[in-house]
Amino acid sequence: MKSSRLPAIILGLVLVFLYLPIALLVVNSFNEARYSSTWGGFTLKWYEALLDRQNRDLWDAAQRTLLIALSTSSISMILGTLSACALHWYRSRLQQINYGILYLPIVIPDLLMGISLLLFLVALGVTLGAGTILIAHITFCASFVTVVVLGRLQGFDENVIAAARDLGASKWVIIRRIILPLLAPGIIAGGLLAFTLSVDDYVITFFVTGPGSTTLPLKIYSMVKHSKDLPIINAISTLFLVLTFLIVWLSQRLTEHQPNRDSR
Amino acid sequence: MTNRKNEILLTAPTLIWLAVFFVIPSFAMILVSFRPANANGGIEAGWTLDAWRALADPDYPVILWRTVWLSVVTTVVCLAIALPIAFLLGRLEGKWRGILLMLVIVPFWTNFVIRVAAWRIILHPEGMVRQALLSLGVIGPDTLLLYNEGAVLMVMIYTHLPFAILPLYAAAERFDYSLLEAARDLGASGFRAVMKIFVPGVSRGLLTAMALVLIPALGSYVIPDLVGGPSDEMIGNKIAQRTLGNRNLPQAATLSIALLVITLIPILVVFFINRKEQAESR
Repeated sequence: MKSSRLPAIILGLVLVFLYLPIALLVVNSFNEARYSSTWGGFTLKWYEALLDRQNRDLWDAAQRTLLIALSTSSISMILGTLSACALHWYRSRLQQINYGILYLPIVIPDLLMGISLLLFLVALGVTLGAGTILIAHITFCASFVTVVVLGRLQGFDENVIAAARDLGASKWVIIRRIILPLLAPGIIAGGLLAFTLSVDDYVITFFVTGPGSTTLPLKIYSMVKHSKDLPIINAISTLFLVLTFLIVWLSQRLTEHQPNRDSR
Repeated sequence: MTNRKNEILLTAPTLIWLAVFFVIPSFAMILVSFRPANANGGIEAGWTLDAWRALADPDYPVILWRTVWLSVVTTVVCLAIALPIAFLLGRLEGKWRGILLMLVIVPFWTNFVIRVAAWRIILHPEGMVRQALLSLGVIGPDTLLLYNEGAVLMVMIYTHLPFAILPLYAAAERFDYSLLEAARDLGASGFRAVMKIFVPGVSRGLLTAMALVLIPALGSYVIPDLVGGPSDEMIGNKIAQRTLGNRNLPQAATLSIALLVITLIPILVVFFINRKEQAESR
């Protein structure tokens, strides 16, 4: 069958469209000239500027972002694993409700999650800050971890548990020695996903943050909005990209090394 | 491990968390919309329809319409671009399929704000694209590439495209391409065979892709705020303004409920079509 070249041409153009902005950003972070229209020669001065005293607040924001992301992923890993097991092993009316509520945070626009949580926190008189950001992030990340762990559970051989029980293993031994090690790649991949979602989030954080609790996306946003220090934004964004790629690469490796679960 | 106590122990922590921080706040939003606002941006006791009456402001229907229009155009363009790409990726074999798929997904992992910011820097009045177009004489000195509806649409398509490609690829992967050859053998043109056989064959993927683009697009706020002008505001911008700048939380609540109702339309359409198909396949 003679196949048209059109799809290949479209794919090529789309890849250029997808990568051009990111590539220009990275290239410009090494550009001596202040504006991207001219190439002023190679420089590392925008990266050096990141170390300046006046950019201390950027590092504060980065630190807070990482701390929130680490806490979010740890707690979401626990919550997501528990609910994935519940959804996988039980078929009750409760699980139907559980399923519906777990999927909603994934479909609802993040803007609506942010505003409703803000209204709730304000109505309760809660002080906004890093704590409320953490609560918000766990709320949308737990669902994503659930989905990832659930995928891992679908390839789970239930006979292993039955065999262990027949051999006299207690409930805790089964959980610790069999279920957790088998699920570990899924749990860690889910945790890494939660980490990237948390580090990435702007919209929900914007709603539930309080004075003095800036995260890196909020900081970058306000710098971009005021068109201030554009080359420094390039530099910090490039570092940010490198970090995300490292995490994604790690989580890909973890999910690749799954035992052949779909040996169809 | 199948007993009721274990089930509750596994279900309760996450379910309670989501009930407190997701379900109850969603209902609280409805309550807040009937509360009076005070001058300090807080919420007063008592009940009023003020926030709902404010929706009659002639600005709001225009903004709601613009939100729907921009989101629908974004969705249609994303699907139109994603369809041939999914067609190609689904037909490829082995190594190339993995590599190309990866290339499509990678930008999707990079920080959302950074991706939008990159466009703002590129289209910046002093940026390379405008300067290049200026020197080529394609645009005049008064033309701005930023702060207009075209920029908003382009960046919306840019950020949402992977959401359209992935579900369509998943559907194309399961499509039997030999059906197309059969159609060609029977005399159908290549284009006609694709439209009559491939497109219906990946209809489930089209539906998922539609929902995955349309729903977040309706809730856009960052894109119109960073690359749009004052006349390109979407409902998300209004919600943000009523939350921070010109604070009036009950009004933010009514606007959010309006957005939620609009968003529920695609969610329910997908839900009912899926349920109907499941019932039919039984």
